[in-house]
Amino acid sequence: MKTELQKVVIKFAGDSGDGMQLAGTLFTDTTASIGNQIATFPDYPSEIRAPQGTVAGVSGFQVHFGTSGVHSIGDAPDVLIAMNPAALNANLVNLKPECTVIIDSDSFSKKSLEKAGFEGDPLEDGTLAEYKIIEAPITSLTKTSIADLGLDNKSMVRCKNMFALGMIFWLFNEPLEQTIEFFNQKFGKKPLIAQANITVLKTGHNFAETIEAFKTSFIVPPAKKVAGVYRNITGNEATAWGLMAAAKKANRDLFLGTYPITPATDILHELTKHKWSGVKIFQAEDEIAGVCSAIGASFAGDLAITTTSGPGMALKTEAIGLAIMAELPLVIVNVQRGGPSTGLPTKTEQSDLSQALFGRNGDSPAVVISASTPATCFDWAFEACRIAIEHMTPVILLTESYIANGAEPWKVKLLDELEEICPNTCNNVEEWAPYKRNAETLARKWVTPGTPGYEHRIGGLEKEDVTGNVSYMPLNHEKMIQIRDEKVARVANSIPLQRVKGKNANKLLVVGWGGQFGVIFGAVNELQQERNNIAFTHFNYINPLPKNTGEIFEGFERIVVCELNNGQFANYLQAQFPQFKFERYNKMQGLPFKIKELKEQFNEILEAGDA
Amino acid sequence: METETIQCLLKPKEYGSDQEVKWCPGCGDYAVLNAVKKTLSELNIPKEKATFISGIGCSSRFPYYMDCYGFHTIHGRAAGVATGTKIANPDLSVWMVSGDGDSLAIGGNHFIHAVRRNVDINLLLFNNEIYGLTKGQYSPTSEKGKVTKSSPHGTVEEPFNPGELALGSNSRFFARVPDTDVKMMVEVFKQAEQHKGFSVVEILQNCVIFNDKIHATLTAKETKADNQLFLKHGEPMLFGAENTKGIRLNGLELEVVTIGENGITEADILVHDAENENKTLQYMLTQMKLLEFPVAMGVIRNVKATTYDEALHNQRKHEMENSKFNSLDDLFLSGNTFKVK
Repeated sequence: MKTELQKVVIKFAGDSGDGMQLAGTLFTDTTASIGNQIATFPDYPSEIRAPQGTVAGVSGFQVHFGTSGVHSIGDAPDVLIAMNPAALNANLVNLKPECTVIIDSDSFSKKSLEKAGFEGDPLEDGTLAEYKIIEAPITSLTKTSIADLGLDNKSMVRCKNMFALGMIFWLFNEPLEQTIEFFNQKFGKKPLIAQANITVLKTGHNFAETIEAFKTSFIVPPAKKVAGVYRNITGNEATAWGLMAAAKKANRDLFLGTYPITPATDILHELTKHKWSGVKIFQAEDEIAGVCSAIGASFAGDLAITTTSGPGMALKTEAIGLAIMAELPLVIVNVQRGGPSTGLPTKTEQSDLSQALFGRNGDSPAVVISASTPATCFDWAFEACRIAIEHMTPVILLTESYIANGAEPWKVKLLDELEEICPNTCNNVEEWAPYKRNAETLARKWVTPGTPGYEHRIGGLEKEDVTGNVSYMPLNHEKMIQIRDEKVARVANSIPLQRVKGKNANKLLVVGWGGQFGVIFGAVNELQQERNNIAFTHFNYINPLPKNTGEIFEGFERIVVCELNNGQFANYLQAQFPQFKFERYNKMQGLPFKIKELKEQFNEILEAGDA
Repeated sequence: METETIQCLLKPKEYGSDQEVKWCPGCGDYAVLNAVKKTLSELNIPKEKATFISGIGCSSRFPYYMDCYGFHTIHGRAAGVATGTKIANPDLSVWMVSGDGDSLAIGGNHFIHAVRRNVDINLLLFNNEIYGLTKGQYSPTSEKGKVTKSSPHGTVEEPFNPGELALGSNSRFFARVPDTDVKMMVEVFKQAEQHKGFSVVEILQNCVIFNDKIHATLTAKETKADNQLFLKHGEPMLFGAENTKGIRLNGLELEVVTIGENGITEADILVHDAENENKTLQYMLTQMKLLEFPVAMGVIRNVKATTYDEALHNQRKHEMENSKFNSLDDLFLSGNTFKVK
């Protein structure tokens, strides 16, 4: 018996060493190639190997897939795989009734239950009464199935994630071939390991088919998608690729000057693989040297990038001010995490918005944009580079842990499909002055060392208008502040107008920004099926805002800004548009929004008016 | 031996910008500026190739006075900016201009890492043992006990010796010059430029306002012959008005001896080997202090090694020539992709 489902959320959870990320990724790869909509998110502890068997050491991977309506990673799992009691305990708070929980019954000893923080045995004391529990002796069957291969105990046990994956493949009628191929390629030189994993995978699959606990298996039909070639991609990968594509379209070398920091480091990992494409990588001694090297490379004509997260951003601020004064192109990618200070390094938040907008000395405007989803990080990274180069300004691109580590299918964009980026160069020395500007954009020319006849000096001291010579003249300083401000404001001339989903509504406008797009969209979308008085607008351009922003707010009785911080975007909008009242829905738990909580909140607002 | 006449395409003054030089009258920086212009002229470095990158401090105004490319950056961070510039365009002759505060206090971390990496940059490290631009506070090279505006009771901390710090970070080129000797500066700056790697030149510079005559014992006409040892690779370490004093190795210690006294002959005098990979002796030379010793001047260490920028570009070139991908399109379409029709 096979039951058809529209969408499903699965969570793989186990100890940090249990291979849950791999199991989740392999499941995602197969599911993506079947053609489902996909959103995934890895959830791991910030300690590399937290104490084994404890809740602190639980590593999870959530995948939401379906035929339609997959806009986020899903509020709560429909299927939970718990490889030990700690993994069960860590996820209990977020389980919904009827959830199918697959547990490795071999791991539920008294000792490990205690370690996981259970007072009694949840399998017997009624804790799990609401759920559908599948007890599978995963560890022992794993070992038995490959006992004759001559592997040591540790190597055998390490394969148990494939047992769980095999069960899940059976449950959702998905093929094993792609996973088998993966092991044959990855362990080509260690065929025993490949064979062990493949055998366990098949054993898990057969086990699920044989036991009677599963009354049915499921089919999730492929989604309707725009024709094209797709691949699964994380936000950090997409960011890296967007930066590389921008360098090609600007005909400049890509330079990355950076220092490792969670959760931004994967952009460095990705870019450094692609030196073949001309990327120059400089892993600096600290965050400051990272951004400074990028500024130096930009001075010399490269498309220069620095990547970081909140605490690193704090260290870079003085240098970003220099780039603002020197009016050089520079892209700063901030993959946000929970703050302040070291905060929650592996958890998501949107709390560096004020820092990006205001966190520098002096009147120092920078362009600030944000990405919505893992795949669109490609487009926003590309757009950050375009603005930086064409407008001669630093651009801060805000992404966040949730979309940086999350993944979804990306419709591949080939270079021919992307627009050219045109550096503001100068070919006539007669018309040249270091701070002479393009009349439309106010961008100065980008002339780099090595070009004869254009020798000039720039720096952090105030510049005289046009000549760029050092100037302390009072009126010149005021004028230059206004020019730098106006230059950033005029970026609004080169960006699209803000759009609204649900234009005819006039009751409630939901406002979002950045990486929470999927969840908010999903919530509004569901409500719009039932109600016609709710609309949604999502901001990617933060500074400057799209030109029609004010007009959008005019049409609504109530406006609620949803963000993962204590109201930073709402404050920003309130300061710019004092004539409107911006209500807030804030969440500061290191976690993304849930569709359920948003819907409840929106319903409450909508019903308050109806009463 | 044939000598080549240097054909200078540009006169030293043609390297100067139209900006009024605003250092205090009598400041040692003027002589350094002249020496740098002369160096570029004698090496025939095109104006557009010479790029001066500085931090913050009096000396860091230097780029404004050169008609080359220049970038006056932020305090302590010139090494980072210069590194990025050199990586982006290795054809440039990159000069970093910095002071004892800029490079050894706020920029100390960047200094040791730039030295360690061996990026092909020439560092002109103006050491006047004081903070000039903020009007007279002690610096990390001020001698212990120094009374300044921020240490009215004398400092209680030990100073850095830039030579020790550089060699400790595995510097491949370290030299020391006084700001009073343009000829020596030009000779040393030329070697610094010709050395491929991070060349540290410590310039003993006089701050006429806040730390006047701090190097005077060393540089005064009457005493300089006895107090400076101008080291030249392959030549004996002789000094003094009559060139009869020398440095000898006695056990594990250096000592000053006089030729003709106690049976000392020139054969006893150490011959300077700047190119020796083993830096032990060079390290001892950087440590020689007045009045027991003369201060070592000239190029103390000059060792060939692969530069960071060269290695980075070689690696990149190798990847470009051996990649399975020809374009980003190849990459985007590689691996696990799936088609939707």
